[in-house]
Amino acid sequence: MIKKISNLGDSALYCDFGDEVNQLINSRVIKVFKNLRKNMIKGVTNITPSYNKLIISFDLDIINFEQLKEKITLMKIQDIEEDGTKVVEIPICIDEEFSLDLSRISKKLNIDENDVIKVFLSKEYFCYMTGFIAGMPFMGDINKNLRLNRLETPRVKVPKGSVGITEQFCNIYTYESPGGWNVIGNTPSKIFDKFNFNNPLKIKPGDKVIFYQINKKKYLNWNE
Amino acid sequence: MNKKAYFEILRPGINSTLQDIGRQNQYHIGIPFSGAMDKRNYLIGNQLVSNKLEKPVIEFAFQGPRLKLKFGEVTCAITGNVSFNIIKKNKTLTGQCYETFNIGMDDEIDILSTNKSVYGYLAVNNGFEGESFWGSYSVNTKAKIGSNNGEKFSKNEKIYLADNKCISNKKKISYINSKIEYIRVLEGTNFNYFSKEATKIFFNNKFIVSKLSDRMGMRLEGLKIENKVSTNIKSEGLIKGVIQVPADGKPIIMLSDHGTIGGYPKIAVVISADYDRIVQSVPGSNIKFKLVNLSEAENLYKLYNMETQNILSQIR
Repeated sequence: MIKKISNLGDSALYCDFGDEVNQLINSRVIKVFKNLRKNMIKGVTNITPSYNKLIISFDLDIINFEQLKEKITLMKIQDIEEDGTKVVEIPICIDEEFSLDLSRISKKLNIDENDVIKVFLSKEYFCYMTGFIAGMPFMGDINKNLRLNRLETPRVKVPKGSVGITEQFCNIYTYESPGGWNVIGNTPSKIFDKFNFNNPLKIKPGDKVIFYQINKKKYLNWNE
Repeated sequence: MNKKAYFEILRPGINSTLQDIGRQNQYHIGIPFSGAMDKRNYLIGNQLVSNKLEKPVIEFAFQGPRLKLKFGEVTCAITGNVSFNIIKKNKTLTGQCYETFNIGMDDEIDILSTNKSVYGYLAVNNGFEGESFWGSYSVNTKAKIGSNNGEKFSKNEKIYLADNKCISNKKKISYINSKIEYIRVLEGTNFNYFSKEATKIFFNNKFIVSKLSDRMGMRLEGLKIENKVSTNIKSEGLIKGVIQVPADGKPIIMLSDHGTIGGYPKIAVVISADYDRIVQSVPGSNIKFKLVNLSEAENLYKLYNMETQNILSQIR
C-alpha cells in the first residue's frame, strides 16, 4: 500500500502512496490513517492524510524515525467499517453577492454562467482530505470543462462559507481566510463545529458530497 | 463569597495569548499544534512557579501586556530576554527574568519589550483559567479556538487566575538565551526540485527575517531559490519547521500555527533541537542554514533535551 517511507525532518514519517491523485490511492491513504487512529502508536502526535501522502508526526522524546518506520511497515492494515462513509448534501447560494468569480470563470472558460453552475451541481464529489484551515474539505473531481488555475493574486480575505474551485478540486472556506480559489458561491451550512469535539466535521475524508442550489432568502434564513 | 483573583489588562501588548504545551492529533481536521513557540522558556517559567509543566502561561511578542492584579496575591515569573517593571503602590521596580516575584492586590506588571528576541512568557503559580479545546488551552487566533474564544488579549479584559496564593520560597536560575550561528536543517522531501546553484545559495547565503512573520510562519528575504521541476506539488501535510519555497523563490518556515496542508515544494526542515531558537529570530536579523543528517539531528535533539531537563532540575 505504502510505496515508500522517508523522513520529513527528524520527527515525522513521510509515507508516499504514489504520484497520481485518484480515489483509489486516496482511499488507501484514508484506510491506513483510520488504522493508525484506531490503534494509536505511543509517541505519535499527529497523522495527516492528503491526496496521496500520509504524514505521521511523532514525539522525539518517545520514539524515533527508524523505530516508528519499523512499526508502520509491520502493521496489519484492516478494513475499518464502523466509521463508514456517507453522502452529505450541502446547500449553496449562487447570488452575485457570493459568486465572486463566476463571471470571470464564465469568460475564461467561455461557458455561460448558468451552465457553469449546472455542470458544477451535476456531479457527486469525493472528499479527499480536510485541512489547511480547520475543517476545510478538499473535494473532487470536477468536470474537465470547469478546470482552471488558482487566482494569480490570492485574496487577502475569502468570506466564510465560500465554495471555491481550482484544477480538479473544489473546497469550502470554513472561516474567513486568505485564499486563491475561484469562488462560485457560498454555503450557510456549518461545515466545522469547533464546539463539537467528538465530531467537528460535516464532511470527512472518504465522504461523498452533493451540492444543491438555494435562493438568497433561504440562505439568509438558514438555521443550523 | 470569595472573589476570584484576576489580572486587568491595562495594555494588551502586540500579540499576547494564553499558550501551553500544544494540541495533539488534530492535524487531520486542519488544526495545528500551536502551543508556546519557545518551549524551553515556557517550561522554565512553569518550573519556577512550581507548576506542572503543562499549565497555560501568557505568551507575548515584542511588547508585552501591562497587567494589574485585582484581589489576592500570586507568585509570578517571566522568562525570555525581557525588560519589565513591577509597580507596587507608587514604587517602580525593575524586574528580573528567571526569578520568582510576588505581587499583591493592585500591583502591576508592565512588560515593556523582548530584547533581541520575539517571545517571552509570564507564568503564575497554578496557572490561568481558560477553556480547553482538544486537550489544550493554547489560543489559535486563526481558527478561533482555545481560551478567550481563540482571541488574543485586548484592553480592559480580565484574565482569571486558577488560584490565588503565593509560594513562600523564592526561586531563580541564571540562564542566558544563547544564539546559534547556524540553523541546522535536514533535506526536505522535494530537495531535488532545486538546482545545484539554488541549494548552494540556500546553504551559503544569508537570509533576512521578513516583517511578514508571525506564529504561523517566518518569511525570509534573500537571493531567489530557483526551482527546476515545479513550483507546486499536490497539497500534502506539513509539520512545524518545514521550509517551503513558493514560486517567488523566497523560503517560508512553518511555525507552530501553520496551515496543516501545503502545496509548495519543501527544500528543508529545521531540526527539532533548533526550533526554540529560530522562532526567536527578530525581523531584520540574519539566518544561515547548515545541512545535517538524520542521526546528527537526533543526537542534537537528545543533547538539547538533556540540557533543558538539566536546567529544570536545577530549579528547586
